[in-house]
Amino acid sequence: MPSITLKNVCKYVCQDINLEIFDKELLVVLGSNGAGKTTLINIIAGLVDYKGSVLFNDIPVDKLPANKREVGYLFQGLVLFPHLDVVANIAYGLSAQRWPRPQVEARVDELLDLMNIKHLASRYPKQLSGGERQRVALARAIASSPRVLLLDEPLSSLDAKTAKYLRTELKQLQRRLGITAVYVTHDLMEAVEMADRVAVIQGGQVEQVAEPEKVLFYPEGERVADFIGSPNILDCDYCRDLGQGIAEVGCGGLKLTVPHEGGEVRKVAILPRHIYVSETRPPGLSVNGFQGSITAIKPVGNTVRIWIDVDDTNLMAEVPSYIFEEMNLAEGKEVFLILRMRRIRCYESNN
Amino acid sequence: MTILHKLRPGWGLLPVAVFLAIWEIVARLNLIPGQFFFPPFSAVVAEFYYLSASGVLGENFLSSLVRVLIGFCAGSVAGIVVGTIMGWKKVANRALNPIVSLFYPIPTLGWIPLLMLWIGINEMLPITLIFICSFFPVLYNTVTGIKNVDSDYIKAARTLGASDGKILTTVVMPLALPNIFTGLRLEAGMAWRVIIAAEMVAIPTGIGALLMKAESLIRIDIIIVCLIVLAVMCLTFEKFFEYLEARLTAKWR
Repeated sequence: MPSITLKNVCKYVCQDINLEIFDKELLVVLGSNGAGKTTLINIIAGLVDYKGSVLFNDIPVDKLPANKREVGYLFQGLVLFPHLDVVANIAYGLSAQRWPRPQVEARVDELLDLMNIKHLASRYPKQLSGGERQRVALARAIASSPRVLLLDEPLSSLDAKTAKYLRTELKQLQRRLGITAVYVTHDLMEAVEMADRVAVIQGGQVEQVAEPEKVLFYPEGERVADFIGSPNILDCDYCRDLGQGIAEVGCGGLKLTVPHEGGEVRKVAILPRHIYVSETRPPGLSVNGFQGSITAIKPVGNTVRIWIDVDDTNLMAEVPSYIFEEMNLAEGKEVFLILRMRRIRCYESNN
Repeated sequence: MTILHKLRPGWGLLPVAVFLAIWEIVARLNLIPGQFFFPPFSAVVAEFYYLSASGVLGENFLSSLVRVLIGFCAGSVAGIVVGTIMGWKKVANRALNPIVSLFYPIPTLGWIPLLMLWIGINEMLPITLIFICSFFPVLYNTVTGIKNVDSDYIKAARTLGASDGKILTTVVMPLALPNIFTGLRLEAGMAWRVIIAAEMVAIPTGIGALLMKAESLIRIDIIIVCLIVLAVMCLTFEKFFEYLEARLTAKWR
């Protein structure tokens, strides 16, 4: 039985959305800006009026205002109350829901421990770093054990390194607490890393709901394929586990080193923007480094797509226009490529 | 800590001391003709002492202070209450804003003739003037403060289970405090300016009335004493709200 069901929901750009979110899963809502992602979770939270129906455990909640829906919401800007210290921020929802004071104190203590922020208890939001603020906001959102946790691009304001670290932590925490979560993002790789399932939303319509690998390898329809960015998808002939979470796979004439979760890798995908192109041979050892010749060049918006033949395989790379202009690339020219190992996604048979 | 550091807090008083010294010298040397019109600072101090000891200054000061406190407190509380309702409820804002916009531009002293006829010349007249003087600016600052609160804070509080009342009192009002205090601080000083004007025009007691009596007796020293009291009170009231604002908001702003 789905934990949350949306039936023919309409609001702003969102039209006739039907979606089921299963108990304890992390569903990533993936789409470009203006696609209706935030509207969708605002509908679940009851923060906007809408047409259609939202059901929590098969019970309609359309008449319930936001403060009665028992949702946790992690906003894009985190929105910690600046006039309250960390403890008061975390305790806010509990007090609002009239928890007895000893229970509030015990729960806040538990969350400070869980999020490893006990040392920040008496600080105000302005005295916290981006990562610390994120933890406090998360603690506040889950404090009253909500029925669903809604996360609206909560890591978008952080630097890449902190975001990556917190992404892993967030996923682990969601698993550990067994909480149903809806995570909104426009970043495909973030979606693939985080999701149990991905719902691709474009122009207010849910285009595809599937496991991340399926979305990546088998995009349904042109709009999904366009959004995903036409990854290079290669069939694998063999897969050899190298340990340490990596494997060597053979795709036609290419031998690739890829991240590995233990299954038989059948396909790999890499986005064009994750292939580096260089006119000179990169110095030192290069994992997944190849040489090939350019077969076609085509400008697309602010980027330039370059098709390169490597052995029998044709790969598409993408470089920003301003970088392309500084390079001296032309059809037929020999170039060197590196496929970023950590950015390669594998479709393993146990998936 | 160096001597310079120790002295630094007192440096602000240095220009005042220099000014007073120049004043004393200029008056003593009769550099400005007519000592009547320019008494030395020491004469003003002596008069201050005399007026204080005789109780004249205290009595008039107390009359003005009570009027300012009652009018200012009532006006500010009313301004905050109405401003909160207007800032929080769109319907109230739509209904009241045209009326408030109509009355706000009227200079406070412009009300005196009308209020003299409506209320009469009694204690309520200056109190009502101070009320009007405080009410509108505090109201506007409260409305602005509440409207400026980022709607995401309200949404966050709502998803956390807070009712509208709880959101207003625990999120919106605290976040609107800086704006409300701006109104209170400015109007605290303004209340003193208005009370002096009202007492000069219509009321026979208070610092303003004492000023008018001194003028008719050509007692420049008393006039200066009254002006100094006025300046000190304006400053004290403004600083009090500055201090209160810092106490309540400095930690998180």
